[in-house]
Amino acid sequence: MTLETVLLVAAALIAVGVYGALSQQVVVMVMMGLELMINGVILAGGGLWWFLAPDPSGQVLLLVVIAAMTVEMAMGFAVATLLHRQAGHDMTDMAAELHG
Amino acid sequence: MADSLSLVYAVPVMVGLAAVSLSVAGVSAALEARDRGRPVRSGLTIPLREMARLLRQRPRRTVSADRLLWRSASSAVIPLAVLIVAFVPVGTHALVDHPLGVVWVNALDVVAWAVMWLLGWGANSVTGLVGGYRFLALALGYELPLMFALTAPAIAAGSLDLAEISAAQDGLWFVVWAPVAFAAYCWGVLGFSVRPPMDPGAGTDVNGGILAELAGVDRLLVLAGRYALLVAGSAAAVPLFLGGSDGPLLPGWTWVLVKTIVLSGGLVVVGRRLPTLRPDKLLELGWVVVLPLVVAQDLVVSVIAVAIN
Amino acid sequence: MNAVLVDVGFWLCAVVSVVAGALVFYVDSMARATYALAVSFVAVGAALLLMGQAYMGVIVILMMVMEMAVMAVYMVMFMGMNPALMPMSMVHSHRSSIAAGVGTFLLLGAGAVLVPWPTRRGAPTADVTAALGEAIMESHMIVMIAMGPVMVVTIVAGVVLSSHRTRYDRLGDDLDRRPADEPQSGGVGR
Repeated sequence: MTLETVLLVAAALIAVGVYGALSQQVVVMVMMGLELMINGVILAGGGLWWFLAPDPSGQVLLLVVIAAMTVEMAMGFAVATLLHRQAGHDMTDMAAELHG
Repeated sequence: MADSLSLVYAVPVMVGLAAVSLSVAGVSAALEARDRGRPVRSGLTIPLREMARLLRQRPRRTVSADRLLWRSASSAVIPLAVLIVAFVPVGTHALVDHPLGVVWVNALDVVAWAVMWLLGWGANSVTGLVGGYRFLALALGYELPLMFALTAPAIAAGSLDLAEISAAQDGLWFVVWAPVAFAAYCWGVLGFSVRPPMDPGAGTDVNGGILAELAGVDRLLVLAGRYALLVAGSAAAVPLFLGGSDGPLLPGWTWVLVKTIVLSGGLVVVGRRLPTLRPDKLLELGWVVVLPLVVAQDLVVSVIAVAIN
Repeated sequence: MNAVLVDVGFWLCAVVSVVAGALVFYVDSMARATYALAVSFVAVGAALLLMGQAYMGVIVILMMVMEMAVMAVYMVMFMGMNPALMPMSMVHSHRSSIAAGVGTFLLLGAGAVLVPWPTRRGAPTADVTAALGEAIMESHMIVMIAMGPVMVVTIVAGVVLSSHRTRYDRLGDDLDRRPADEPQSGGVGR
C-alpha cells in the first residue's frame, strides 16, 4: 500500500465513473457514475492525507468533498423527479430541449 | 481499526445474545398467549417449538425472485445484531474495544435499512415490496432523532468510546438528565428491529410485509434476528444511558446482562400495548416534533457538560 | 498493525471497490446496481480505515449505505422495474465512453506514477478524531459555518424542484384554509 497504488486505484474508480457518466442514458445511472467519480476522489484524498500530510486540515477537505457529494445527489434526484413529472421520461437524450 | 479485539468474549457474547433473545421472544409469546386466553406457560415455549417447526419446513421459492439479494438479506440480520453487541463493554472490555464505538453502532443500525428493504424486495412479491417501503418510510422518520440521541451521551462524557461513556456515569446515569434522548433511542431501537409498535413493515395487513414470503430457515433467521436486534439495541443502551456495568454486589457483566434483559423486556411489553404506528403520520411527527426536542436535549446536555468542566 | 495484513486488506478493498463499481453498469437489476455501488463505497471506507482515518472511514460507510438505501427507492420509482432480473443496457455512444474512461485512467495513472511526490510531512496525532474535531471547531470553523447554509439551501432547492403540491394547493389562494387540504395528512395536523 503505497501512495502510487492508492492513487492508481482511485484513478480506476474515476475512470469507471467517467465511463458511466458518459454512456448511460438514464439520469439516475449518470448520477451513479458521478458518485463513483467522487468515490475515487475520496480515496485519493484519504491516500494523499495519509502518505503526504497527515494533519487535520486534509480531513476537513475530505468532509467538504463528502458534503459536496450529498448536495449533488440531492439536487440530481430533485431534477430527475421534476423531469419525470413534467416530461414523463427519465432519459438524458430526451431532455435536450430547454422548453416543453 | 479496532484498538483491541478480545476474542475470549466472542462465545460468551453470542451465547448471551441468543439466550436473552430467546427469553424475550418467550415473554412476548407468553403475553400474546395470555391475551388470547391460552395458558401462559404454553406461550413461553412457543419460540422453541417455532424454531423446531421452521427448521423442518421446506424453503419457499417465488417466481423470478432475486435470490442473491434475498438470501443475503435474510442471513445478514443475526450477524448485524452480533456486530452491534460486539461493541458493548461487558465488564471492563468489549469484544471489540473501539474509540469510536458510538459511531460504529450508528453505522450498523443504518445497515439495517439496507437489510430490511432487501428482504422486502428480494422475494419479488407485492406484499414484501409494500413492507420494505413502509420500513424505509418509517426509517426516514426515526433515524435522525436516533442519531442526535446518540450524540447526547457522547457530549456528556466527552468521548465516543462506549467504555469511557459507561465509566463517566458513575453516580448519575445519563438517562436521568437525558431522558428525551433515551426515549428517542428506544424508539429507534424498536424501529430498526421492526418490533411493535414500529412494525408496519411486517404488518398483518400486508400479510407479513417483509416476512411474507419467508419460510423455513430463512424465516427463522429473520424472526430470531428481529429479537436479536432488539436485544442488541438494548445492550448498546446500557453503556450509553444506563450506567454500564455499574451496580452493587454482582460482577459488572451480570449487571450489563440484567439491564439488557430489563430494557428489552420493557420494550416488548410496552410495545405490544401500542397500536402499529403508520409511516405517513410518523414521518411528520418525527421531523417536526421529535427532532427539535432531541436537539434541544442535546443543547441542555452541552450546557451542563460545559458548566461542569 | 502488521504491514502484510494491511497490504492484503488494502488490495482486497481495492479489487472489491473497482469490480463492484464496474458491475454497477453491468448487472441485470436496479437494486443490484444500487447495492453494487454501496459495496464499492463500503470498500473505499474500509480502505480509509486502513489508512488511519477511523472517523472518515466509518462516516463514509454510514452515509453511503443510507444513501444507497434511499437511492434504490428512486431507481425503482423512475425505472419501474420489478425484482426479476432482466438484461438492461441503455447506453449511448458506448465506444467513445469506453475510450474516455480508458483515457482518463491512463492520464491519471500516469500522473500518479510519474509525479515526484514529496516525503511525508509530519505524523498523525495520537487521536486523529479529536484533532479533526478541534480543527473543525477552531482553526477551520469557517467550513462548519459555510456548510450550514449550503445544506439548508440544498434542502430548500430540492423540495422546490420536486414538490408536486405547494402551499397554495394545500392552503388555498389566500393561504387561509385550515386544516390543509392533503390527500394524506401527516401526524401533526399542520
